[in-house]
Amino acid sequence: MRGGKSDMYMRKTLIAALLLAGSAVAMAQESRFGEPATQADIDKRFWSVFPDGTNLPDGQGTAVAGAEIFELQCHACHKNPPDEASEFEPEDPADVLFGGHGTIGTDGALATVGSYWPYSTTVFNYVRRAMPYTSPMSLTNSEYYSITAYLLYKNDIIEEDTVLNKETLPGIKMPNSDGFINAYPEVPEKYRTK
Amino acid sequence: MGQKQNKTMIVDATDQAAGNGLMNRRFFLNSALATGAAVVGGSAALAQETTVGEGQEDWTLYPGDDAPEYGELSQFEVGRVKKFVAPPTGGRTASSAGRTPLHLLHGTITPSGLHFEVTHHGIPDVDPDKHQMVVHGMVKQPLKWGVEQLENYPTVTRQHFLECSGNGRVCWAQPKPDQNFMYMTHGLVSGSEWTGVPLSTLLDEAGVSKDAKWVIAEGGDSGSLSRSIPIDKAMNDSMVAIYQNGERLRPSQGYPMRILNPGFEGNTSVKWVRSLYVTDKPVMSRFETSKYTDKLHDGKSLQFSLEMDVKSVITRPSNAVALEKKGMYEITGLAWSGKGKIAKVEVSADGGKTWAEAAVEGPVQSIMLTRFRIPWMYEGRPAVLQSRATDEFGRVQPTRKALLAARGKQAYYHYHAIHSWSVNARGKIRHVYA
Ligand code: HEC
Repeated sequence: MRGGKSDMYMRKTLIAALLLAGSAVAMAQESRFGEPATQADIDKRFWSVFPDGTNLPDGQGTAVAGAEIFELQCHACHKNPPDEASEFEPEDPADVLFGGHGTIGTDGALATVGSYWPYSTTVFNYVRRAMPYTSPMSLTNSEYYSITAYLLYKNDIIEEDTVLNKETLPGIKMPNSDGFINAYPEVPEKYRTK
Repeated sequence: MGQKQNKTMIVDATDQAAGNGLMNRRFFLNSALATGAAVVGGSAALAQETTVGEGQEDWTLYPGDDAPEYGELSQFEVGRVKKFVAPPTGGRTASSAGRTPLHLLHGTITPSGLHFEVTHHGIPDVDPDKHQMVVHGMVKQPLKWGVEQLENYPTVTRQHFLECSGNGRVCWAQPKPDQNFMYMTHGLVSGSEWTGVPLSTLLDEAGVSKDAKWVIAEGGDSGSLSRSIPIDKAMNDSMVAIYQNGERLRPSQGYPMRILNPGFEGNTSVKWVRSLYVTDKPVMSRFETSKYTDKLHDGKSLQFSLEMDVKSVITRPSNAVALEKKGMYEITGLAWSGKGKIAKVEVSADGGKTWAEAAVEGPVQSIMLTRFRIPWMYEGRPAVLQSRATDEFGRVQPTRKALLAARGKQAYYHYHAIHSWSVNARGKIRHVYA
């Protein structure tokens, strides 16, 4: 029997019961085997900062302080900005962090923080969690703001004395911010093979 | 004394399936029946009596070792079948990759120790008792689990391939076809049986807000690698995997727990996962901006090109072998699609002029490696061997020319074109662009 009177009645009582139960246990519904995560549990594991500034920490810095940090903490593996002469340059450098402006789309594409990265917050997000490569998370938040400022300054994106903090960093527009096309869930027709 | 069987293959014109020697995919089946039916007669002459074991090898005459606690490779295999771990050329990078030797393997399951890996910040040595995963953000209640707690949930077990979207990157721009056997062109794909807890089970317990659109996964490695996973994927078929091929994950595969996003580029299946932040926006991490974005000819880049394409490759014969004589060979290889099942694999022996349908070995599973085979008569004539896969959604693997026309040469990621092996008159095999 489908859609009979008793069927209808059953469904109504069921819905009522569910509503009642729902309101009673909405907050109290327990995880079977998980435990409540405390703020400390979360803070230890959650390092993401977002383009809109979500989860950016306190602290601040400028490129002036960042220059010194770069020399001490980064230069061993990453090349200096092209405008800075130095006796020392790594022989076998990791990713290039400066320059390459206008090369994306050419055969000699050089993707750097300056020429390719679409969001300023990504620089802070990645460097804080992962750099210096052999001692990540070893600097303070202010030092990470400073080194972020240095990378942006040396890519001609901000001034040497621009103060970066959780208010100012998200507002910085990157040169290639319009360079990306969303391919989820499908690659746009234009870039698909026939 | 073993009796030698004299096999003659009678090739009938009706057995031909396409140009340059490709045979009907049922050909081996038929000819096997024919040779099997031939009874070989023999006679043994009685000679002077000796112990019956004469001429046997030692391992037949002496009892072998006791059962080991953990089985190992034959000593004759150690060092023969191994991953290719040389760093990519061109500048220093501390990310390291181990590439699967597809040309030496058979079937569709990659042994766990040979599963490819790419790590950007090394392989951490995680103590499972100290590792916990938190779910937080736009949820009713933030929760955490250790691996022992996850063990209590109902699990799912599924076979899936994992592929790095950098697999085959050398084929985009490199003017000369790469000859490093198949490591550099295809060694970043493997197939495994994965067991874990559906991610939706855990997200449901935390109570995901209806406004949630993304889950940001972060790992516990020294770069806390992170990726944004669309919520529809997370609630559909993603899992928190704890077992691979029946045993706990290997460290290089995310021990003690990893995300597995079936059909998505490997980097999104975050290993050593310890934080899942439910939110309404992607985090725009380095691995979805600076890396794993595909540079196009017009200066734009594809971002969140998450789903893997339809793809196939012939694993035998390949440039790791030479055909020593003329005769009948089996062409075999693997096909896969990040969207679903493989519907068809075609093989060409004349560089794509004519195609024959290969036999596909079942059961064909969704988002898993599928093995195909087809007999081929090599008569000492030059040939270009290719395979072309089609998935159940009608996506067809493109030629290299078509792919480069659509995206340019700098895309680096998501190379999935038809792969070509040229065979010359002396049986030497090389990777060519055709
Ligand atoms: C010991 C060597 C080393 C040191 C020191 C080091 N890095 Fe790195 N850095 C690397 C390596 C290696 C990578 C690439 C990692 C990978 O393969 O994913 C990298 C990647 C980066 C990237 C991402 C580049 C891109 O284009 O995606 C940035 C930004 C960066 N480093 C900044 C820094 C900063 C800032 C410092 C100093 C605080 C620093 N690094 C110190 C080795 C180093």
